Amino acid sequence: MGMGIDTRNKLARRAAEEIRHGMVVNLGIGIPSLVPNHLPKDITVMFHAENGITGMGPSPNKGEEDENLCNAGGFPVTLTPGGSYCDSATAFAMIRKGIVDITILGSLEVSEKGDLANWIVPGKKVPGMGGAMELAQKAKKVIVLMNHCDKKGYPKIVEQCTLPLTSSRCVDLIITDLAVFHVSDQGLLLAEMFAPYDVTQVLSKTGCRVQMAKEIRKISY
Amino acid sequence: MNNKFGKITTLEHVLRFFQDGMTLMFGGFGGVGSPPTIIAGILEKGVRNLTLIGNDTGFPDIGIGKLVSRGRAVKVIASHIGSNPFAGKMMHEGSLEVEFSPQGILAERIRAGGVGLPGILSDIGFDNEVVTKGKPMISLNGKEYVVETALTAEVSIVFAKKADEFGNLIYDKSARNTNPLVAMAGKITIVEAEEIVPLGSLDPEEIITPGVFVDYVIPSKGVNWKWAWE
Repeated sequence: MGMGIDTRNKLARRAAEEIRHGMVVNLGIGIPSLVPNHLPKDITVMFHAENGITGMGPSPNKGEEDENLCNAGGFPVTLTPGGSYCDSATAFAMIRKGIVDITILGSLEVSEKGDLANWIVPGKKVPGMGGAMELAQKAKKVIVLMNHCDKKGYPKIVEQCTLPLTSSRCVDLIITDLAVFHVSDQGLLLAEMFAPYDVTQVLSKTGCRVQMAKEIRKISY
Repeated sequence: MNNKFGKITTLEHVLRFFQDGMTLMFGGFGGVGSPPTIIAGILEKGVRNLTLIGNDTGFPDIGIGKLVSRGRAVKVIASHIGSNPFAGKMMHEGSLEVEFSPQGILAERIRAGGVGLPGILSDIGFDNEVVTKGKPMISLNGKEYVVETALTAEVSIVFAKKADEFGNLIYDKSARNTNPLVAMAGKITIVEAEEIVPLGSLDPEEIITPGVFVDYVIPSKGVNWKWAWE
C-alpha cells in the first residue's frame, strides 16, 4: 500500500527477529510474505498455511509451478523437508489449539489495547474474515506489519478502532514504517524506532497515548 | 476396469442431480481443489438459484467463481469472497445473500455435518456480530460459547487425485483443503478424479477419504481455467 520495497523489507526484517528455530509461523499476504527472506540460514521454521500446508517453502522457479501446491493467497509455493499436507479442519485445529507460535499480518487499524481491525470497511470493502479471526485470537503471538498512517495521513494506531474488529486485545507487537510498539495491559510501549525518525515525529503520527521505553533502540537497517 | 459398485460414471449421468434451487457444497480453496469438469457441467446445464457452501467464491473465472460471477447463486455460505469482485457487487446490490463464517469454523461446521453432529461450540469471533448474531449461546464449564450449526448439502462435489472403484480417495498436495470434509457432508457426494484406478491399487494407508462417503466418481477433463498467477 504505497510502501516502497526497501521499507517493506525493513518491516519484514524486524518481524523476522521475533522468529526462533522450531517455531510454527503463519504469514499473511503482502509484507508478511517477505519475512522468510530475512531469517538466519541456520534455523528451521515450519511455515503454516490455512489451506493445509505445514512446512511451506518459497515460490518455485518460473516454469516449475504446481497448480495443486499453492499458499492461502492462491500463489504457487513449495514444500520444505518435513513438510506435510492436511485438510482445512486440521489446519485450523493447529491454530485454535494454540500451536501456531506467531502470526504476522497486516491491518487497517490497531488500538492502544491491541484490538485488531483488518477485515472489513463497511459499505466499501467486505471481503470476509477468512482465517483472520482464528489466527488473531489463538496464535501465541500476533505481530502486525502496517503503514504508520493511512493514505490520507491519519494514524492507523488509535485509542479505539472505528472499523469493526477482527478480534479484541490480541495484538502483541506493532511494526510500522516508523517504529515498533509493544502492546501490554498497560497500553503501548514505544521501544524501537527506524532511522531517521525521532520521538516527536512518531508521536505526532500516533493516535493514542504511548509510554516510552527507558532506552529506545534505533534501527538503522 | 470393473465397476463393481456402480459408482464410476460420466458427467452426463450425474448432471441430473443438479437442479434449480438446490444446496450445493464444493471442495476447494481459491479454486485449487475445486472440480473443474463438474462445475463446467453445472454451468452448461443452466442451473440457477443455487445455495453454495464452501471456503470462498473463487475468482471470477476460476473454480466455483464461474457459477457465482454468472449469477447462478442466490446465497453463499463462505469465509471469504474478496477474490471474486462479482460476489461483493451482487451482495451490495442485494442479489446475493452471503453468510460469512470464520474459515476454520466453517470447516468444522462442514465436518460436523459430515460426521453426524448437529453443531459445534465455538469461542471464535465474539467481537463481531457478523459471527454471533442470532445464534444461541451456551455456558459450559464457566465459559461462554456460541452454537454454530452443522452444514450439509443435497449434493457435495469434490476433486481428487485418484479414486478407486469403491470411491476411496486420495488428494493432491494443497488441493486437499476442504475436500475430505465436503466429501462427508453431502447427501450425495460426487467426485471428479484425475485418475480412476482398480480396487486394491491404492495403498490402504494412504487413503484419505474412505469410499463409503462417495456415491459417484467421474473422470476429470482437467482444469479449464487460467490461474491468477499464470
